[in-house]
Amino acid sequence: MPVNTVLPKPPTEDKRWKIIETTMRRNDFQPDALIESLHSVQQTFGFLDIPSMRWVAAALKVPLSKVYGVATFYHFFTLKPQGKHVCVVCMGTACYIKGGRQLLDEIQRHYAIAEGQTTKDGQLSLLVARCIGACGLAPTVVVDGNVLGKRSAAELLAALDETVERKRQS
Amino acid sequence: MKPEELISMMEKARADSSAFEHEIRVCTESGCMSLQSDTLLKALGDEVKTRGMTDKICVKGVGCMGLCCNGPLVQADTAMYQFAKPEHASAIVQGLSTQPVAELLCNTQQPFFTRQKLVVRENSGHVDPESLVDCIAHGAYQALLKALTTMTPHQVIQEISDSGLRGRGGAGFPTGLKWATVSKAGGSDKYVICNGDEGDPGAFMDRSVMEGDPHRVLEGMAIAAYAVGAENGVIYVRAEYPLAVKRLTKAINLARRHELIGHNIFGTKFSFNVELRLGAGAFVCGEETALIASVEGKRGVPRPRPPYPANSGLFGCPTLINNVETYANVAPIINKGAAWFAQIGTEKSKGTKIFALTGTVKNCGLIEVAMGMPLREIIYDIAGGVPNGKAFKAVQTGGPSGGCIPAELLDITVDYESLAKAGSIMGSGGMIVMDETSNMVDVARFFMEFCMTESCGKCVPCRVGTYEMHQLLNRICEKRGTPEDLQLLKDLCGMVKQTSLCGLGQSAPNPVLSTLRYFEHEYLDLVNQTQAAHADQSPAATGEHIELEVLP
Repeated sequence: MPVNTVLPKPPTEDKRWKIIETTMRRNDFQPDALIESLHSVQQTFGFLDIPSMRWVAAALKVPLSKVYGVATFYHFFTLKPQGKHVCVVCMGTACYIKGGRQLLDEIQRHYAIAEGQTTKDGQLSLLVARCIGACGLAPTVVVDGNVLGKRSAAELLAALDETVERKRQS
Repeated sequence: MKPEELISMMEKARADSSAFEHEIRVCTESGCMSLQSDTLLKALGDEVKTRGMTDKICVKGVGCMGLCCNGPLVQADTAMYQFAKPEHASAIVQGLSTQPVAELLCNTQQPFFTRQKLVVRENSGHVDPESLVDCIAHGAYQALLKALTTMTPHQVIQEISDSGLRGRGGAGFPTGLKWATVSKAGGSDKYVICNGDEGDPGAFMDRSVMEGDPHRVLEGMAIAAYAVGAENGVIYVRAEYPLAVKRLTKAINLARRHELIGHNIFGTKFSFNVELRLGAGAFVCGEETALIASVEGKRGVPRPRPPYPANSGLFGCPTLINNVETYANVAPIINKGAAWFAQIGTEKSKGTKIFALTGTVKNCGLIEVAMGMPLREIIYDIAGGVPNGKAFKAVQTGGPSGGCIPAELLDITVDYESLAKAGSIMGSGGMIVMDETSNMVDVARFFMEFCMTESCGKCVPCRVGTYEMHQLLNRICEKRGTPEDLQLLKDLCGMVKQTSLCGLGQSAPNPVLSTLRYFEHEYLDLVNQTQAAHADQSPAATGEHIELEVLP
């Protein structure tokens, strides 16, 4: 396989673009590495913006329309920057049966944001997951990667307030 | 690695582990980890170190022990502890030489543990998934060695066919037949794919297998590759399972370093390489042609079959796709023989099945039972029934493609045919129990919303049909539905089922159909309430009346 040696210039001077370049290089800059590369971008920068998609498209020699198609097809990718903290409410069947919907409603009311939105101060993003696979602990909520299971709405809001508040001070 | 090396490695590892007087195993899968089992594991390790007993007590992290709702679970010699916290570390270590810690003890003689039959999960909770040596000590890669050195590919396929193993992803296609088809397909490049895109909400069996015993999945894939004549493998895992991704990546690297995958495995002519590919959150990618598109870096959109992946799959090459649990069944079949496997289960559904028991039951977690067990036994004996004095209402199996089974059918057995006859499916193994407080129309709406959002949008019946059905269910739930709405809903079920391209659309009406079949009165109640409201109120009050005006 011919290896693409002339790599287009990354969108910014940021050194972290090297991480994505490594992912693409490992896959010989093949078009089928598109999803892996987008994962890499999102892991590094938190979301996918148009310049990053443009760059990945050029590097993998995939039309930008395809890159945009893939980025918007999969739920895991987000085109909006996330808040400092991310709260994911699981809406899998087990969590739904055990009151996940009520937890979501409470959080939405408490922070005055809808699912998929971020608070105005950029502190907290609220997302919904299809199932995180921790059904034994239903209903579950993931706050900054930590799974909180079997919490009442009050306990959960207290934990969330603490997370947002504590990090705000630091 | 040479065959002798595997044997000597296994013997040395076994000797090393039997040199310990005691063994403490801590569950380090996602569920228990979220309850700080990793801190507990470290605390136990530190405690053993402080006591200067590192040569006497072995402390290790292992896979799932089943009873997830009582986690973190710890096995210390013969005692199993539940709800263990880091501050219990000292007492647990002390308990090894004196009496077990009474207040943490979990009764392992309860039906939850005794009624299970472990085949796939036999090593889960015993091996450290991050240690190749420990997995080898428990027999990992012995089946691969046996297959490569003593069996022809044809014999391997014959063995799998004879065992009666059927696909564990949901549809139950005979695995041996699938392997034979790929084996017969022409072309030098072939692929084996492991479907680890466990998208069913409420199901986590595959996550557990990948996190708890990743080498077993790799071994199964390698044997399959040998049987069908493939040299490349791809494991497709959901990105929502970071721990499974981490453990599999580590397992692949370790196996590669020890030449258990790679060129000329065990000095034979067989070479096999595995790559890991991440999903990105699309339920439809559980469908094989959509999954292949996703592995190729495209949008996960299914395509019509034929050609089947067995003839033209990944990059146009013949491709074998099996589910995680299916591959995890391969090694024991090769080790113990088809006859041994075939005596477990029923006539048409052989072996065991893992179920994720969740919802309103006393014991939530993972169980593995022989096929053919009555649902009642699973729900009342193993799961301990419905708590808080509530009555059982229904059990949902098969996720968004499955259906709800009511109390009067609890005596049916769990196998592919009986579940299908009851209007549900085996599915990947999610089993969600609902009590009397659940509204079945709302449950149907929940699943329809799921299918509507997850529809890839390629074909109209699924894209528009699921949307319309969701709208109708919304109206009925909000007491705005009419008898005509209900009739339209029924008609749409048939249309979407018959005219959609892939499994997602074809099975999307199932939750509605099964709730209509067993709980139609709940639909009728809601519709009748609308009628009553209509009789009382003006149309405007029901929110149905829309005024139109012409802009000047």
